[in-house]
Parts: sequence; C-alpha cells; structure tokens
Amino acid sequence: MLVEEIMSDKIITLHAEDKIEEALVLLNENHIRHIPVVNSDQHVIGILSDRDIRDAAPSVLEQNQNQDILKNKVSSIMTSPVITVHPLDFIEDVASIFYEHEIACVPVTKNNQLIGIVTEKDLLYRLIQLTGIHEQSSQIEVRVPNKVGVLPKITQVISERNTNISSVFIYPYNDSLTEKVIVLRVQTMNPMPLIDELKRQGYDVIWPNIPGLQR
Amino acid sequence: MSHHAGFVYSDNFVNYKFRENHPFNQKRVELTYDLLIKSQALSEEDIIEPRIATDEEIMLVHDYNYVEAVKKAGKGLLKPEEGIEFGIGTEDTPMFDHMHEAASQLVGGTLTAVDHVLQGNYKHMVNLGGGLHHGFKRKASGFCIYNDAAIAIKYIREKFNYKVLYVDTDAHHGDGVQWIFYDDPNVCTLSIHETGRYLFPGTGSVNERGQNEGYGTSFNIPVDAFTENESFLEVYEEAMYTIANHFKPDIIVTQNGADAHVYDPLSHLCCTMEIYEKIPAIAHEIAHSFCEGRWIALGGGGYDIWRVVPRAWAQIWKIAKGENMFTGQLPDSWINDWKDESPVSLPLFWHDEDKLYQEIPRKEEITEKNRIQLNKSLQIIRDEQKFSM
Repeated sequence: MLVEEIMSDKIITLHAEDKIEEALVLLNENHIRHIPVVNSDQHVIGILSDRDIRDAAPSVLEQNQNQDILKNKVSSIMTSPVITVHPLDFIEDVASIFYEHEIACVPVTKNNQLIGIVTEKDLLYRLIQLTGIHEQSSQIEVRVPNKVGVLPKITQVISERNTNISSVFIYPYNDSLTEKVIVLRVQTMNPMPLIDELKRQGYDVIWPNIPGLQR
Repeated sequence: MSHHAGFVYSDNFVNYKFRENHPFNQKRVELTYDLLIKSQALSEEDIIEPRIATDEEIMLVHDYNYVEAVKKAGKGLLKPEEGIEFGIGTEDTPMFDHMHEAASQLVGGTLTAVDHVLQGNYKHMVNLGGGLHHGFKRKASGFCIYNDAAIAIKYIREKFNYKVLYVDTDAHHGDGVQWIFYDDPNVCTLSIHETGRYLFPGTGSVNERGQNEGYGTSFNIPVDAFTENESFLEVYEEAMYTIANHFKPDIIVTQNGADAHVYDPLSHLCCTMEIYEKIPAIAHEIAHSFCEGRWIALGGGGYDIWRVVPRAWAQIWKIAKGENMFTGQLPDSWINDWKDESPVSLPLFWHDEDKLYQEIPRKEEITEKNRIQLNKSLQIIRDEQKFSM
C-alpha cells in the first residue's frame, strides 16, 4: 500500500512569519497535532507539533502573564529540517520512520511541494483493517510448521466450505524459527466445521486457548 | 383491562430454515412451545397469531435493493455473484425457497408483539421466533436476514415517542441493532457477550459507546471466554440497574439468545440454566419499575436446541406471566415425545445439575477482568453522577 492511498490531503499549514497564537488556535479548533510550515512555493520549511507549541505557550495558570510570548513567530519554535515522504513510498516505510525517529507525523511532498500528510492515526486505521476486525467475522489461530505450502492447504479447507476470509496474518510462534501461527478472520458465525476439518487434517488449532492451561 | 402477557406463536416460524443441519434451527421454538403446553403454563387464550410484516415495515431498517435481492433469492432468481454484496448465499445465510416470506413472518411476529404492548392490550409480549440481531441495513449475516428487533424499535419510535432500552444477552455481540441506532439518543443498546477476540462478529468492545447525538447510549460489556454464572450475573445485574436508572426507558426490548450456556456449540462461555432464570426476572422487574410494564421479549441465538433452548425460553414466558420460575422435573410427556428424535439425552430437571463442566482454572482472573470491563462500560454514567452532585 502506498502513502498516497492513506494520506490526508486536507492540510492545515502556517507560514514562518505567522504567530504562535495562530498555531494554538489551529490546534484547538481542528483537533490536530501537527502543522507543517510552508513558504510561498508550498515547500515545507518546518513543522510544529502540539508539544512544540504548548512548550512555548505560557502555562494555563498564567492567564495574564507572559502572553507576549504568543506573539513570536512560529519559525522561532518549529522543527527544521523536516522528514518528508513521497506519495509513492510504502506505508511500511512510514511505520519505520515513525519508529526510528520517534515521531508521529510526516508531510508528503511531490516536486518539493506539500501535497498531503500522514499521521500515526492513519497508520493505525490501516492496521485495524489489516486485522479484518472491521468485518463481521470469527477468528481462528493455527500453529503450523514454518515450511512451503502450508497456507494454501489451510485456505483450501476454508474455501471448500464457501467461506470468505477477511484477513490473514502470520507471525512466529513464541519466537520459534520452525513454527508459525496463522491467524485468520473468516466471515462465518459457525467456524466449528472448519476447525473440526483442520484438526482432522492434523493441524494444531490453538483457538481459543483454555485459560491457565498450556496451549 | 389489559392482560398480563401474550405469547406470539405460529407453526410458520419453522419455515425460516436455511437447510438441513444448519445450526440455526427454529424447531427450538416449537420445542419450547410444546414444553410450555405440557407444563400447563401456556393455554389457547395466551397465544397470539403473528401477522406478516409489510415491505414498508421491513424498509424502516433495510434498503429497498436488499429486500428485492432477498425476494429474488427466495424465488431462485438471484445469481450467486449478485448475492455477495448482500451477504446472501454464504455458508451462514444460504438462499432458500421463500426466504423473504419466512423472514417477514418472524418480523411480523415481533411487530405483533409490539402492537399489543403499544395498544395497551398486554403488558408483556414474548416472541421467541424473533431476535435476529445481526442483520444489517443491506446485508444478511450471522444467520439473520431481517433484523426484527431493529425494525420493532424503529416502529415503536415512529408510533410513540418512547425511549427504548434494548438489552441483548446473546453470547454474540448485538452488532446489527447497535449500529442501526448508534447515533440515536432515544434508543439505548446494552449488549453483554463473549469477547469478540475470537468469536463472531468481533465487535462489541467497551469503547463502542455511540456517536454524535447518540454518544453514551451504546453499552458493551464483553466477557471472557469461560465466564461462569456468578460473574455473568454480576455484570448483567449491575449493568441493567445502572443503565435503566440512568436512561429511564419507557419500553424494554430484550434479545434472549440462549447460547451462553456451556453446552452451546458456537460459544465458549460456561453458564448454566441459572442465568436464564435470572435474566428475564430482572428484565421483568425493570419493566415494571420504569416502563409501566412495557416489555417485549424476543428469542435470539441458541444452538443446543434440545437441552438448553426450550428450558431457557420457557422460563421467559413463566416470568412474563408474573409467576414463579419453573422448578423440579420436566414433564414426562415432553421428554417421552421428543427423546427419540433428540440426538442427545434430554435433561430431566428445569435446573442444571452441578458439575456440567470441569473447574475453570482461571476463574478469579476471569471474574476480575469481567468486573473491569463492567466498570469501564459504566464509568461514563458514574462520572456524570459525580459531576452533577
């Protein structure tokens, strides 16, 4: 999946000479946490996070003091240079950028111009979709040997019962190199026949694990 | 003078049948009816013939295109690929002859129940053929074609400005009804169900609270797999009293799925008949304290149709009649008439015997976790009380 598919193109921006108080208003009115700062060519020259702005703003207990601080330019507190991504970058890369740089938002630029923004919320939304939980479904987990050809055999059992699969993901079983867990969300209220068939074919269906007992 | 309670029943309910060996089997309604007759708890004058719902009534909730697709499917005219977007023709909701008519009959049963309560003829009405809570606006799912409970609530709202409390104790999340009224502040939904971690449909987390105007009128309490009576009832009782007291409903609709029983093949809860005695008793009490008695009790899930559903649902009727719950032995005549057909040996008593299952190793943790979910769900009400004091 590409950045252009998940980015938001409704972007709220500021210019370097704008005042911090304007940034504060934008944050509160739009329920956003990041504001890119652009020049007249729409080049990203900085970014403001909600924390940058609140660090700079006077304390909520200082109603009448230090209000002049808000008259400073946003360029005085913005982070620069800015990490940006391209609309054709993969969303996995965005996840790595967030993880490595400990940030939660990247502007998207094309020909150096700002065209969108991706936040960790956009990524989490896609993650939820990946799990299949947004569609009515039951979950089955199967422990399998880590070798060629296991997945098609399992999905074959499911398709033979005319049941649609909402999502599949695979992760290592207890950090093992030789075993994996295949997690399937299947669109049926009655997964029992599938489970029985998988067990009959010798698969270890770990679903649901009995509490307090070894899997 | 109004009667106390009426029982909607028709032989036609069994026409809602996807295929042989499909887990959803309306024979359970017939078994319940027969059990009540043989227990001398149900007589001719209690029984009310259901009407059939009109297309306009069904379209209070469902899209025209969906209803048309169901009609075509019931005549064998819907191509498999046309059924996909409507969830028709799947393993859960396969096509069958006259499926529109069969589903409209169930909806009609629920609307008949609603009519009698709204007109004041009866305080409580029971329609065990209804409670198909997974049906969506334009999609069949989870064995449900038309969502009779949601249609009934819309119908109530059209006729009267009643605030409706919908309570769903099916082991599966009452998603269809919840989403249809998600932004409606006059319809409060409460669903207590096994966590969607593994179980269909997967939703029903505590954080699903409604949206916009309806924020704070959806309550979900997912309980852990292997939850037992004590913990289930603790959650149910406290949620019911707190929410009813907060929302102050004018009418209650309950969905009485009987699939949280340890024998049920589709869920992983470990409850027994005890919860099916208390669930209607508390609903009945709340109907009287808040709603001048207005209570519509529907069926729902329930896939052990021999050992669990008839006993569980018979208790709803007994409570609705204002009598004490059944105790002691089941009538011999019922056991004798059905024992040959039943693939499992039929129970002998209304109560379950002890030790139906092995001790659950993590009972304490499960109970604690369920209590945390309960408190999270009700926090929104408690905060409001705190601030308004």
